[in-house]
Amino acid sequence: MKRTARLLPALFALALAAAACGGDDDDGGAASQTSAANLQGQTVEVAAVWTGAERDNFTKVLDAFSQQTGATVTYTPTGDNVSTFIGSRIEGGSPPDVAVLPQQGVLVQLVEDGSLKPAPDDVKQAVADNFSQVWADLASVDGQLYGVYFKAANKSTMWYDVAALENAGVQPAATWDDYMTGAQTISDSGVTPVSIGGADGWTLTDWFENVYLSQAGAEKYDQLSKHEIPWTDESVVTALQTLAELWGNNDLIAGGAKGALQTDFPTSVTNVFAENPKAAMVYEGDFVAGVISSETQAQVGTDANFFPFPQAGDSAAVVGGGDVAVALTDKPASFELLKFLASKQAGEIWAAAGGFTSPNKNVDSSVYPDDVSRAIGEALVAAGDNFRFDMSDLAPAAFGGTVGKGEWKILQDFLADTSDPQGTAAALEEEAAKAFGS
Amino acid sequence: MADRDVTTTGAGEEPVPAGRPRQAAEEADAGPGGPRGDAIPGIPIPRRARHRDPDRAGSSWAWLFLLPALILLGAMVVYPIAYTIWRSFYNAAGDAFVGLENYGDLFTDTATFTALKNNAIWVAVAPAVVTAFGLIFAVLTERIRWSSAFKLLIFMPMAISFLAAGVIFRTVYDQDPNRGVLNAVIVSVHDTFVESGQYQGVRPRDTDQLTAQGGGFVTADPVPATEPVQIGFVALPPDRIPSDAVQAVPPPDGPGLRGVVWLDFARGGGGEPNQIDPNEVGMPDMSVQAVQDGRTVDSTKTGPDGTFAFPELTSGSYTIRLPSSNFGAAFNGVTWLGPTLVTPAIIGSYVWIWAGFAMVLIGAGLAAIPRDALEAARVDGATEWQVFRRVTMPLLAPVLVVVLVTLVINVLKIFDLVYIIAPGSTQPDANVLALQMYLASFGGGNNQGLGSAIAVALFLLVVPAMLFNIRRFRQEKR
Repeated sequence: MKRTARLLPALFALALAAAACGGDDDDGGAASQTSAANLQGQTVEVAAVWTGAERDNFTKVLDAFSQQTGATVTYTPTGDNVSTFIGSRIEGGSPPDVAVLPQQGVLVQLVEDGSLKPAPDDVKQAVADNFSQVWADLASVDGQLYGVYFKAANKSTMWYDVAALENAGVQPAATWDDYMTGAQTISDSGVTPVSIGGADGWTLTDWFENVYLSQAGAEKYDQLSKHEIPWTDESVVTALQTLAELWGNNDLIAGGAKGALQTDFPTSVTNVFAENPKAAMVYEGDFVAGVISSETQAQVGTDANFFPFPQAGDSAAVVGGGDVAVALTDKPASFELLKFLASKQAGEIWAAAGGFTSPNKNVDSSVYPDDVSRAIGEALVAAGDNFRFDMSDLAPAAFGGTVGKGEWKILQDFLADTSDPQGTAAALEEEAAKAFGS
Repeated sequence: MADRDVTTTGAGEEPVPAGRPRQAAEEADAGPGGPRGDAIPGIPIPRRARHRDPDRAGSSWAWLFLLPALILLGAMVVYPIAYTIWRSFYNAAGDAFVGLENYGDLFTDTATFTALKNNAIWVAVAPAVVTAFGLIFAVLTERIRWSSAFKLLIFMPMAISFLAAGVIFRTVYDQDPNRGVLNAVIVSVHDTFVESGQYQGVRPRDTDQLTAQGGGFVTADPVPATEPVQIGFVALPPDRIPSDAVQAVPPPDGPGLRGVVWLDFARGGGGEPNQIDPNEVGMPDMSVQAVQDGRTVDSTKTGPDGTFAFPELTSGSYTIRLPSSNFGAAFNGVTWLGPTLVTPAIIGSYVWIWAGFAMVLIGAGLAAIPRDALEAARVDGATEWQVFRRVTMPLLAPVLVVVLVTLVINVLKIFDLVYIIAPGSTQPDANVLALQMYLASFGGGNNQGLGSAIAVALFLLVVPAMLFNIRRFRQEKR
């Protein structure tokens, strides 16, 4: 969740902007699309990490639910550490009725503790109707569905400076090879093509995951996520070699590999979109848009745009993340709310408000407020069952989520010196074995 | 001596400098209204004070009054220490006794070992440097007019939290000269002395034709004078294209060796490599040398369209050299927060913060040195340096030791500066024990067993320094 922490300032700025605009339009609409149960007099408490503008938008969704069912919904922000918050509430004997979990690991942990209530058949049906199978699988443990993925993040977006690509005469690349050719051309034009935020290890794991998922395929990706195949597998080495084509070429990276390792994520974005740009493209998830609008003068959609992460292998692939809503009590109202969150209507309310990507395949993409967020949402839904969760988020934190350790550190070392993919794979395997073993 | 009242009131709880005569101190402490409590164990009670004890029953009253403090101390100091020691013998989950395994990990785990090594560097360097700076500032400020203002300035960083100081220095050390003030200084100094070429950073389009040599480029093969040569470059940023550059043209016919140097990249794309296309401009003002048998026989500069000519060189073959003055060496400053410099850089920020603290303590010590001793030395014909070296320093030594030891304790538990200043990629290189303790316990591995073991090790390292300081304080009090 380091990502969220990094983004907080940006989100805060967005929240301020939203508050300043003071949009007070009521788009709840009393229309009842789902077969609304009558929950008059019942109360539901929802806990989620969202604050500021995100909280306001989520509240609009909850208001619509209240209007349809008559239930009273209260929202409780959890603070940054959701698992601690929920853990202490469970310990205290009064868990929130519904919680929105930003990490897959927390879902699994809560299921193992027996704190989550399995979804009843009507929720299962709603999920099956509205989502690709992969989202149901992600919300299930041992084949039993526990929640609804309500909000998603697309981490397969390559952001670029429109003017720099035009100057070099380069088109957005669909494949890795085109991407490399384009990068070389941009470099020839006198602009460094790629900015990498290598001081933050997680950006590097995201690079790897995008290349790996497209190259090795979803099945191997799943196996590697669970450490069922070792990191010394040939597919890992191949993916590292692919990355080395870019990472090993100091002409193509802003500041060279050494400079990239000193660049944190927000700086890697401002390197491209602030005045006196140092690079033409930067890779990271859809949240880059938020950084661009809060930290630079560039306009997303005109000065800054994105294309899907270039395909390094045969399959189109989207890596990302999501927030899953789960029930901690078996009140009818809890499940009714899950069902509502799975609906097209709930997704569209927030999608229209902005700052939101819905994994719901029935959400009408025309409701997104701008072209960029629409394209992000469409790419996510189009990936269908080839969507995969960010692998490093699924791994134990010691391997996939710790500064200066595990995958983060090893990929940073690889960026510094790309000459030995085999050795890097071996180092990854050693750390993974340690982290998964314990 | 009588007019220097530092010995009696100025000392307070601070370490008392050596210049203070023992006798005067004793009189002051034992005098009426001496603030000392009777029941504090270990501190000898002056004889004259004892008669004020009513009787033995007073000691149980004393315990009663001490009780709140004891409970607080027990709950907030003794219990955590005991629990940490107990916890350090258990595994990550806390459910299995592992004996001394966590302590073994201290030395086998590479991250922890780096932390240990860095802590040693910190302890060896930081207190000494801080004390040295403190001494210099204290001695200097004693003699200047605006000493209070100067002292205030030096002391000011102490008012800033470590976190804020860390954020400041993260920026100071930034690699980008536009952000990092240190690199801005270094780069501008460098650029004043080393001229950076107009075409810094360009690459030859055809690496078979041109090879790099001493910061410039030469043609790989000698060029016959009768054959015009075309040299293409790429990667010149659009904003650095000279304003007088015009469309490149093939070298016109004429006598002698001739050629063109041009930017082989058309804006907006579409150009063919190694071919002069529309929209591709010449590289004017590029100095070109003709070399034969290792000797520069002629030199010239390119025109706005990139063409150059050596009309005198009509026969033979020449190597064309584009000397390094055209290109300059790209200099990006120093990577302060890279693997090698990160620890010295952070120590630098620590010095910035703590030098004021050392200065104030040492300054108090200096003020307490009896003037007559210094004057006596001067009268005897000692130079200022000799006075400082032979009189001031020995009298000041106890203060210096106290400052040094206090700083050692402080340095051993250094955490925030390292945590904030070191970027993620070099945090493992800058690691120190206190940071490793946090990382092992809460930073992902969640191994609070190992974390506790590190905490205990850290505690053991601090204890000798603490005992030393406590003993000094007692000696001073006596």
